[in-house]
Amino acid sequence: MPNFIDRRLNPKDRSLGNRQRFFKRVREELKRTIRDQIKSDRITDVDAAHGVPIPKRGADEPSFQHSRASGERNYVLPGNETFSPGDRLNKPEKGGGGGAARPGRGENTDDFLFVLSREEVLDLFFEDLELPDMVKLNLRETVSYKSHRVGFSTVGTPCNINVGRTMRNSFGRRMALRRPSEREFQALAEEIAALEQEDEPSLQQRRRLSHLREELAAVERRRLRIAYVDPVDVRFNRFERQPLPNASAVMFCLMDVSASMGEREKDLAKRFFVLLHLFLKRRYERIDIVFIRHTDEAREVDEETFFFSKLSGGTVVSTALEEMLRIIEDRYPSNLWNIYAAQASDGDNANGDSDRCAELLREKLMRLCQYYAYVEIIDERESEIFGSTDNGTSLWRAYRTVDCVVPNFQMTRVARPADIYPVFRKLFARHQPVQLRR
Amino acid sequence: MAKRPVSSLLFDGSEWNFATLSRAYDAIEAIAIDEMGLNVYPNQIEIISSEQMLDAYSSVGMPLMYQHWSFGKRFVFESQLYQKGYRGLAYELVINSNPCITYLMEENTMPMQALVTAHAAFGHNHFFKNNYLFRQWTDASGILSYMDFAKKYIAKCEERHGLNAVEEILDSAHALQDHGVFHYRRPPRLSSAKEMERARERLEYEEQTYSDLWRTLPTAGGSSGTEEAEREALERTKVLNLPEENLLYFLEKHSLILEPWQREILRIVRVVAQYFYPQIQTKVMNEGCATFVHYSIINRLFDQGQISEGAMLELLSSHANVVFQPSFDDTRFSGINPYALGFAMMQDIKRICTEPTQEDRDWFPGISGNGNWMGTLIDAWENHRDESFILQYLSPALIRKFRLFRLSDHATNKFCEVTSIHNEQGYAAVRAALAGNYDLAANRPDIQVVDVDLLGDRQLRLKHVIKNGILLEENNRGATLAHISRLWGYEVSLAGIDVSTGKVLYECSSTQA
Repeated sequence: MPNFIDRRLNPKDRSLGNRQRFFKRVREELKRTIRDQIKSDRITDVDAAHGVPIPKRGADEPSFQHSRASGERNYVLPGNETFSPGDRLNKPEKGGGGGAARPGRGENTDDFLFVLSREEVLDLFFEDLELPDMVKLNLRETVSYKSHRVGFSTVGTPCNINVGRTMRNSFGRRMALRRPSEREFQALAEEIAALEQEDEPSLQQRRRLSHLREELAAVERRRLRIAYVDPVDVRFNRFERQPLPNASAVMFCLMDVSASMGEREKDLAKRFFVLLHLFLKRRYERIDIVFIRHTDEAREVDEETFFFSKLSGGTVVSTALEEMLRIIEDRYPSNLWNIYAAQASDGDNANGDSDRCAELLREKLMRLCQYYAYVEIIDERESEIFGSTDNGTSLWRAYRTVDCVVPNFQMTRVARPADIYPVFRKLFARHQPVQLRR
Repeated sequence: MAKRPVSSLLFDGSEWNFATLSRAYDAIEAIAIDEMGLNVYPNQIEIISSEQMLDAYSSVGMPLMYQHWSFGKRFVFESQLYQKGYRGLAYELVINSNPCITYLMEENTMPMQALVTAHAAFGHNHFFKNNYLFRQWTDASGILSYMDFAKKYIAKCEERHGLNAVEEILDSAHALQDHGVFHYRRPPRLSSAKEMERARERLEYEEQTYSDLWRTLPTAGGSSGTEEAEREALERTKVLNLPEENLLYFLEKHSLILEPWQREILRIVRVVAQYFYPQIQTKVMNEGCATFVHYSIINRLFDQGQISEGAMLELLSSHANVVFQPSFDDTRFSGINPYALGFAMMQDIKRICTEPTQEDRDWFPGISGNGNWMGTLIDAWENHRDESFILQYLSPALIRKFRLFRLSDHATNKFCEVTSIHNEQGYAAVRAALAGNYDLAANRPDIQVVDVDLLGDRQLRLKHVIKNGILLEENNRGATLAHISRLWGYEVSLAGIDVSTGKVLYECSSTQA
């Protein structure tokens, strides 16, 4: 009879450590591949598991190998039908000796994929990015606490009694004070009972009986005096409330959805915001995001509407800025909040409104905001004409004036989907040592 | 048709449970031990799931293994193949240990579990316990505790010295894994006398440093320069026991830059490589033996009425898949199937022992017609490895059956030439060539440490003995040399010397790479 063991319930992920080590080793390569993949793919695909080809660099295991391209060998193969000694078989053109004879040899590491989980993809994707200038860390009073256990205490509420600790103390005390145990008590009581059963007890027995009774009384007294659990034994779990660092931040997403924004422009803008949204969700646990879309009037909307609903109309960009200003005054006092904003537009604006926008930014908004990013979506043909010159739409020209005077204002242009990720990286690249405590 | 009583069946249907497994095991054991005379380690049979099988695959089949990224890579690779359906998982995995551990997959049907039990727990187990290579070169009762030690030791090193430092050493050691084996000398035992050995090693090490110090003293008489150099070189080779084919062993013992823990890691990699070396050398025999045993046992069970016709059909179909050998021009061809060749040779030996033809009598006068096929097989399993087994037992009848032919390939020619086929003139040549293909020592690059001047430039000189003009693949050569020089700490040079002419065909060094 052999020893049968059912191992199926054993932990499965025995290879997890190895897999992580491998992942760490090829991390840089994977990062590059993922970014390339996503540049060409739909941005929303970031938010999913990915198959990434195993990079060869960093993952090869060299050893001394015989070269296939030299020397002479003898193969023995099965299934001869027609050959006689002396027959010659031409080798296939590519590759050297034995190509025909030994197909399918060796592992080709190029053609298998490493499937990364969604978490791993996002981690690689957003590495080195952060919101700039997260300075107003301690302005708002820390309001949230998280309590966690720190040792024991002699006072507390009954629901926090630590039974194990209490009983340990009680046991130690009872031992030290030699409190008679229940067993000793029982033994005495039984012996007394046995003696009492005797019909005619001898003198010795009687003496023994009275002695035992005294002893029992003493034991009983001692047991009463020395409590089983004394208040000094009782220990409580101690909890300490630790303040959570509270970097309150809000991100305003402003998008132009007017008629001048075609399908392509809207798509590009949305891609940008999807990326931004993912990034914020991934990196900052607690951040408020405000979505504002505008035509010739602006409105705060929810996430769903922002990304998916259709609307069109004229264009007055300043309405969005005014709406943003209103919301800030309403809900996000700037002395307490780190305020960020990202705006996407095709640059078309109602006559004269662009200057008003620039003025609003210069005079009001930029004094409140930590950082303001403006992304202009332009035609692919325009991108060649404009390059990075000051030429451009009225809004672009107006914003240039802001850009000149305000350091934490960034503006950039996007012409094709592949630009989005580089632009995004440019806008949110980590400049300084980490300021955000998490 | 004889009517069989229903109760004699070991199991019914495809579902298994531990009761049926155990009943089947007992029936199989009765046949294997009492009728076939197999001699096995006690068995420990473990049921695992497919994920666990993948885990086991990636850590080279050991139940305990230290952690390294290359195993993670292997895991990703294997699980990809499996998930895409390119490759099924093995039905079993068996470990050369005492007690012999066999893993059975939970997905197997009951008939398959019986087959696999016969295959692994008796076939492989018998082979492990009796084959001379395993008996002499591996320590079945020590391996599990050694691996436990290795895993913990390396984890401890990672904790103490950092993941990267340990990874570097392991990378370099893995690159030399094939050269961490004693091919001729018997390796030291990793027995319970480990401490004693450790003490001996320390002593040996002290002795070496001691003698080195002595040699720094100026010698009294000054003889002529070249003579002196030659004498010194001779002395060096004697002290260092050169030439040395086990590169890992040499580095572990003589590298000047390694810390004790790094030496221990080299030792671990070396011990694991040595442990697996016999398995690589006996692939055909080992699988042939196991397949022959399971085939014999299930047929016997069927004859005794212990398994049903349906189960038998399932098993035969699975058996036929295992021993299928596609022809060289078949798209499914990927070399000679060790199961097919091994099994066919064992069956052939049985035939030669019981019903020999005149040809067999000429070729195998020793065994033909002796009637004792089981004894002959047990003797062959015990005393051969693939190379010698094929050289001795591959019969003309089998060469004809497989239609084997020999193809010779000069890298410089644009064609391959058929040099021998399955005819009277060709049998011996085909057989010798096939045996040669299973000679591991000849098929791995032969690289030895030939000289090092510890007091001079400390350059480690390696020699590659080139046979049949087969050189080394250059990219890998450079990368591997870099690994050696990481372990050695000083320059490492490699010279390729043709074995027949003695000419130096190439020279390279770690500083060029």
